Amino acid sequence: MISVLVNAEERRIKEGTTLERLLTDLGKAHSGIAVAMDGEVVSRADWPSKELGQGARVEILTAVQGG
Amino acid sequence: MVEQHGTNGSEDPLVIAGHKLSSRLIMGTGGSGNLSVLERALAASGTELTTVAMRRADAEGGSGVLDLLRRMDIELLPNTAGCRSAAEAVLTARLAREALGTSWVKLEVHADDRTLLPDPHETLDAAEQLVGDGFTVFAYTNDDPVLAMRLEEAGCAAVMPLGSPIGTGLGIRNPHNIELIVARAEVPIILDAGIGTASDAALAMELGCDAVLLSSAVTRAQDPERMAAAMRSAVHAGRLARHAGRIPQRFWAEASSPPR
Repeated sequence: MISVLVNAEERRIKEGTTLERLLTDLGKAHSGIAVAMDGEVVSRADWPSKELGQGARVEILTAVQGG
Repeated sequence: MVEQHGTNGSEDPLVIAGHKLSSRLIMGTGGSGNLSVLERALAASGTELTTVAMRRADAEGGSGVLDLLRRMDIELLPNTAGCRSAAEAVLTARLAREALGTSWVKLEVHADDRTLLPDPHETLDAAEQLVGDGFTVFAYTNDDPVLAMRLEEAGCAAVMPLGSPIGTGLGIRNPHNIELIVARAEVPIILDAGIGTASDAALAMELGCDAVLLSSAVTRAQDPERMAAAMRSAVHAGRLARHAGRIPQRFWAEASSPPR
């Protein structure tokens, strides 16, 4: 197991987990979201191949009301 | 022949980066606590473009506001509100492009929470990076004519000076600066932030702004739908007045009736 930060919350996941797997498990693999890993945007097409490493920082964002 | 400015939206479009909008009022979605109230206000405003913010997807996920805007066929202008540095704003804009499929962005970099004033250095830095990365940048800025010019030179598609700080409803505190910005600009100037009531929106247009962007003035009014309609009329009236050629201001009276 490794530990990663998802939206600033620590999570323990299996080594070799892909971004696609993580998002699916979190119920967030839907349209209207975008993901950054370690400060870089990871496009949707790259989710299945992007593996998370120990200490990876993942940010999952969506649009909300705002001026 | 009188120019057809503002007599009919479709004859006087706002053109930004080659894209035509028939409404010169851009109403944001911020500040509304109720999606059905927001829907009625957006409809009453006539806006064709609206702002959204990017935030961490919470446990519930989903974003009701996106469904609403898609249903209403209103285009999205994601903002970078809450960002404190150019780096944060650039990343947020890239995430918005990925999430929403638009390269339009309302760039805002705030210096602090009390004033929410734009940080000029970080804003200009982010604008240069985003333009270089293919974004259509709407830059929220102070009412500083020099900075407005720099943002235009950096390639921003629209420059958006504030009338006064976000959410204050203090109106346009330095009308002369807004006129100076308009006088030199070659890109659309959109008065953004500080609008309190309809006369503020009309004044922005009378000063020569190409459009007005507001949220709180409508969403936090007691009757948002009615205020949205007032803002729509005010923007239209101000646009007409701007091109009608107002009378000069005089110190002494000048009778309009013939002498007895």
